[in-house]
Formats: sequence, structure tokens, C-alpha cells
Amino acid sequence: MFEGTVPLEHYLALSAVLFVIGIVGVLVRRNVIVVFMSIEIMLNAVNISLIAFDNYLNLSNGQIFSFMVMCVAAAEVSVGLAIIIALHRNKPTVNLDEFNLLKW
Amino acid sequence: MELLIFYPIAGLCVALAFGVIFNTSPVGSAMCLIGMMLGLAGIFVLLQAHFIAILQIIIYAGAIMVLFMFVIMLLNLKESASADWVSRDKNLLISILTGALAVGILYKIIDITFSADLNSPATLPDTFGTVAVVGESLFTDFVLPFEVASLLLLAAMIGAVVLAKPKLD
Repeated sequence: MFEGTVPLEHYLALSAVLFVIGIVGVLVRRNVIVVFMSIEIMLNAVNISLIAFDNYLNLSNGQIFSFMVMCVAAAEVSVGLAIIIALHRNKPTVNLDEFNLLKW
Repeated sequence: MELLIFYPIAGLCVALAFGVIFNTSPVGSAMCLIGMMLGLAGIFVLLQAHFIAILQIIIYAGAIMVLFMFVIMLLNLKESASADWVSRDKNLLISILTGALAVGILYKIIDITFSADLNSPATLPDTFGTVAVVGESLFTDFVLPFEVASLLLLAAMIGAVVLAKPKLD
């Protein structure tokens, strides 16, 4: 039962499960830091898919793509956390429902 | 044998991902996320993408999570005691609908994946996923995206400094 290599489907299923957990985190949590971490879970889930297909097709494009995803994630985290600090300075809370400055 | 390694790591990753979204304290969430990223590095090693696995540990589990921990410490967040779940009760119908949507998406993805004909794996050369092969691809076919990424990181660095500054003179 536990012989042979892992089929591609298993990696894709793991990727889908992690992506949906990330979506659920973004939808149900209101703590802005935890919502941000859920976004990171989604980015990581995509990386699994990219590298699994890379391994399956014997390419290196997917690894470059996941490299770029990591670059974008690093940029996104630094800017996003700076925004959170700036918001926290104006309004000392981390509850997303209380940030309604841009609501009309 | 590979399956015997894959299933515990995959189970651990999913459990830790649940730990991230169900933890009441942000520090606990961050710890779970670090564990999940280390587990994913193990998955990448299993896929023979060694370079990406090391990058995953250095960039995600190292740099990005340290930044998260810094901000959590800086904001001095109290334990929310699941208060941020209670405040969503007013949107119960929307919550149920989006939950059903997420489950439907997951079901459809897994259904399509397992019914597809994907059973002819390529034989991998020994050099797959090494720094040499990935680097060669990065500096020949993808040299323009590589340069644009450096520009993106510069813009993000300046943007973060400007945003986090107390007051612009």
C-alpha cells in the first residue's frame, strides 16, 4: 500500500485543501493579522501545485514561478504590515469590522 | 516509502493550517504558520525541489514570519478570546453560503483532479531542482521577470518605510 512514488493527485489535493483553509480563514476571522496569515496559507498552497506539476512534467518553470510568488509575498507582507501599523496608529484596534474609513 | 513520508507531513500541514485559523491568540497562529511552512519545505524536498525548499525555510519561515512576530509584539495584541468570531453572527446567512461555496469548490477541484488522466510521470534527471538548473533557467529565460522582481522589492521597501513613518514633514 505504501509503495511507489506519491501520485500527482495527492499533491494537488493537499494544495486544494490548504487553499480552502486559507479562504475560510479570510472569511471567518476578523483579526487583521490572522487574515493576513490566511493569505500566506493560500500563497503557499499555490506553490505546492506549481512545484508538483514541475516535478511531473520535468520542467523548471514552476520553480521560477514559485520563486516569484515568494518575492511578491515578501513585498506584500512588508507593505501590508506597514499599513496595519499605520491603521493601528489612527485607531487602536485590529478588528477588520471597525475599519470603515473607506466605506460610503 | 515516499507515501509513508508524504501522508504524515501532509496531515501535519493541514492540522497546523487549521491551528492558524482557529487559534485565539495571534502568537499561537504565527507559531502554527511557521510549523506549516517547515512542513511544506518537507513536501518540496519530497518533490525534489531542494532549492525552493531551502528558500521556503529562509524566506517564509525565517524572514516573513519574523516580520509577523515583530508586528504582533509591536501592536501588543491581547488574547481576543474568540470575540472576533462572535461579531460575525449578524452575517450568519452569508457565512453559511460562503462555507457551502468553499466546500463546493474543494469538492469540484478534487473531483476533477482525481478523474483526470495523469498517470504517465516523466523520469526525472538527477539534476532536477538543483540550484544550477533553476539558476540557469532564471538567468536565461526569466531574466526580465527577475529584474522586475528586484524593482518590486525596492518599491515595497520604500513603501513600507513611508507608510510606517509617524508623520511626513
